[in-house]
Amino acid sequence: MDNIQVIKEVTIEQGKVKINGLDFFHDESLEIGPFLKCLYKKLDLKYSKYYKMDYLCKLGFLASEVLLNGENDILTDSDDVAIVLANTSSSLHTDVKYQSSISEIPSPSVFVYTLPNIVIGEISIRNKFYGEHMFFVQSTYNKTELLDYTATLFASGSCKQAIVGWLEVDMEGAYCANLMLCQKNN
Amino acid sequence: MVYIAAHNIISPLGWTSEENFQQVVSDKSGIKLCSNRNISDSDFQASLIDEGVLKQKLAEHSGLENYTKLEQLSILSIKSIIKSVDVKSKRTGFIFSTTKGNIDQLHKHTNPSDVLLASCAQKIADYFGFTSKAQVVSNACISGLAAFIVAKRYIDAGLYENVVILGADVLSKFIVSGFQSFQSLSAEPCKPFDTNRNGLTLGEGVASLVLSRATNETSSQTIELVNGAIRNDANHISGPSRTGEGLFRAIQATLKDFKSIDAICAHGTATPFNDDMESQAIYRSGLATVPVFGLKGYFGHTLGAAGIIESIISILAMQKNIVIGTKGLLEQGVVSDINVVKENETKEITEFLKLMSGFGGCNAAIYFKKHG
Amino acid sequence: MSELKENLKKQLIEQLNLEDFEISDIADSDALFGDDGLALDSIDALEIIVLLEKEYGIKLDDPKKGKDIMTSVQTLSDFIESKR
Repeated sequence: MDNIQVIKEVTIEQGKVKINGLDFFHDESLEIGPFLKCLYKKLDLKYSKYYKMDYLCKLGFLASEVLLNGENDILTDSDDVAIVLANTSSSLHTDVKYQSSISEIPSPSVFVYTLPNIVIGEISIRNKFYGEHMFFVQSTYNKTELLDYTATLFASGSCKQAIVGWLEVDMEGAYCANLMLCQKNN
Repeated sequence: MVYIAAHNIISPLGWTSEENFQQVVSDKSGIKLCSNRNISDSDFQASLIDEGVLKQKLAEHSGLENYTKLEQLSILSIKSIIKSVDVKSKRTGFIFSTTKGNIDQLHKHTNPSDVLLASCAQKIADYFGFTSKAQVVSNACISGLAAFIVAKRYIDAGLYENVVILGADVLSKFIVSGFQSFQSLSAEPCKPFDTNRNGLTLGEGVASLVLSRATNETSSQTIELVNGAIRNDANHISGPSRTGEGLFRAIQATLKDFKSIDAICAHGTATPFNDDMESQAIYRSGLATVPVFGLKGYFGHTLGAAGIIESIISILAMQKNIVIGTKGLLEQGVVSDINVVKENETKEITEFLKLMSGFGGCNAAIYFKKHG
Repeated sequence: MSELKENLKKQLIEQLNLEDFEISDIADSDALFGDDGLALDSIDALEIIVLLEKEYGIKLDDPKKGKDIMTSVQTLSDFIESKR
C-alpha cells in the first residue's frame, strides 16, 4: 500500500460532517431525510437529479461533493479517477421500500435504486468520471482492505486518482459515510 | 499468469459446464412461458431452474435443508469444482457475485440479516471452511465480470494463489416486477441483436470457477485471463450511453493496442438500447468484422451469474473452436454494422473478448487467451 | 387552469420529485422531455405510466404510444379526458 496517499477525508455520521477530522457542518436533525436536506442546502447546490435519488445515493453524492469541493486538480472528464466503495446493507433501505410498492403498482424509479452501485453512477455523471469502479459488500468497514485494493489499481496504471470509502444506510435509515480522496504516491 | 483451473454451471440446461455447453451448441434453450405465481401475477418468459430437479439433487447431499435456494445451488456448484483446491488455506480467496442475493426472503420478514449479502456469502464460505474473508461484488449486471477482475487483481498482487468465484441470482417477484415496471421484458423469448428485438428475458443460474496463478506444473494447454477493465458511461443511471462510451473505454483499457480478437461474446440483452449501444462500442473499437455472439437466448439474463455463466460457455467455445450462434437472432438490426453470428461456426479461437453492461452506467470487458 | 391539469402538475411534482418546480412554473404546453421545459428522462416516463394507472386507472398497454401522450401537460390531460 506504499503507492497510495490519502489527501483528503470526509466523514458523515450522526448529523455531523467532518473534513480531515475537523468540523465542517452539523445539524440537530439526526434523521437521515431532514439531515441530508440541510446539508444539500448548506452546500448551495443546484442539481435537479439530486431530488430523485434514494438516501444511499444522496448520502454518497453529498459526501463526494464535500470531498471534491475546492479540489482543482481532479481529473474530471477522463478515465483517470477510480471509485471504490463498500457497505454492509447494499441497497436494503430502498429494497424494503420497493418490496412494499410491489403489492400496489411497482415503481420503476424506486426499483432502479435497488442496486448499491447506482451511487457510483450518480457521482460519475456529476463529475464526468468514466474510470474504473467497484462496489463491495462487506460485514464491517475495513479501510485498509479498500485502500489495498485501490493500490492494485494505481499499480496497474488503471487510475491516477481515486475516491475510496464506505457509504452505509441500513434498513432503519441509520447512516454513515467515510470517503477518501487518494492519489498515487510517487 | 492467471488461468482458469475449474468451472461449473447450474442452469435449466444442465448441472455441469459440459452439459450446458452441449445443450447450447445443440440450439436448446432454457426459456419457456412460466406461470409461477410466486414470481409474477401474469405469465412470463423465463429460464427457471426446475424445483423438482433441485429437490432430487438435494436428496443426494444431506445437510442443506437450512439453506436458501440460492445458497443450496451455490454450494452444489462450488462442491463440484474445489477438489483440487485447498479451500482452508489463507491463500485461497472467495468472491461472490450477485445483484440481489437472498432478496426472495425479504417478504417473509423473518431475519433481516438473511438478506444481507455478506451474511449469505459467509454462510456459503463457512460450509466449505474458507479461512480467508469472503468478498461480495455487487455491480448490477457486470458483477460476474467484476468478480473475474477483482480475483485477477488479488492474485497479481500476491494476496491469493487461488480464488473461487461464484455468481448467483434466483428470480423472485422483487426482480421480475422491477423489470416489468421498466417495461423491459419481452413477450417472446429474447432476440439479441435482431431487428425485431423487444426486450430481455430473465433467467436463473449459478456458476462457479477457480482462477489460479500458473506454476511450473500448470498444463501448457490453458485459458489465461489476460486483462479486464470496468468503465462508466457517466451519462444515465439506467439508460445506456447512445455512443457506447463506457463500453468503448472498457474495451480500449482491456485490449490496449491489441486488436487481433478472434471472437466476442457480447452482453446482448435484446433491449433495443443495449444492443445498439454495444454495436456502437464494438464498431468504434475497430472490431466490426470480428464474429460476435450473445447467449441470452439460451440462458436468459442470469444477472449476477451472467458474467460467469457466459464466460464459462465462451471458454469451452474457445477450447472447441466454435463460434456459437446467437439464438433468437433472425435478421441483424443494430445501429452499427457489426458481425453478429446466427449459426454455430467452426473457427480457431485464440484471443477472446467478453463484454457486459449494466444499470449505474457500468461496463466491463475481459480478455481471455488460449495457450497450447 | 382546469382542475385536471392542475392536479396533473401537482402529481407530476410529487411523483417525479420535481422539487425545483411549483405548479405555477409549469405551463400547459411546456415540453416534458428534452433539454427545455421539465427535462424529464426515461425513468420519469415510466413513472408517468405508473401515475396514469394509479391516479386515473388508465393502463398504457402500448408504451410506444407514450411519446405522443407525454408531450406536455396539455397532451396528457387530453389523453385522460379521451379515456373518461
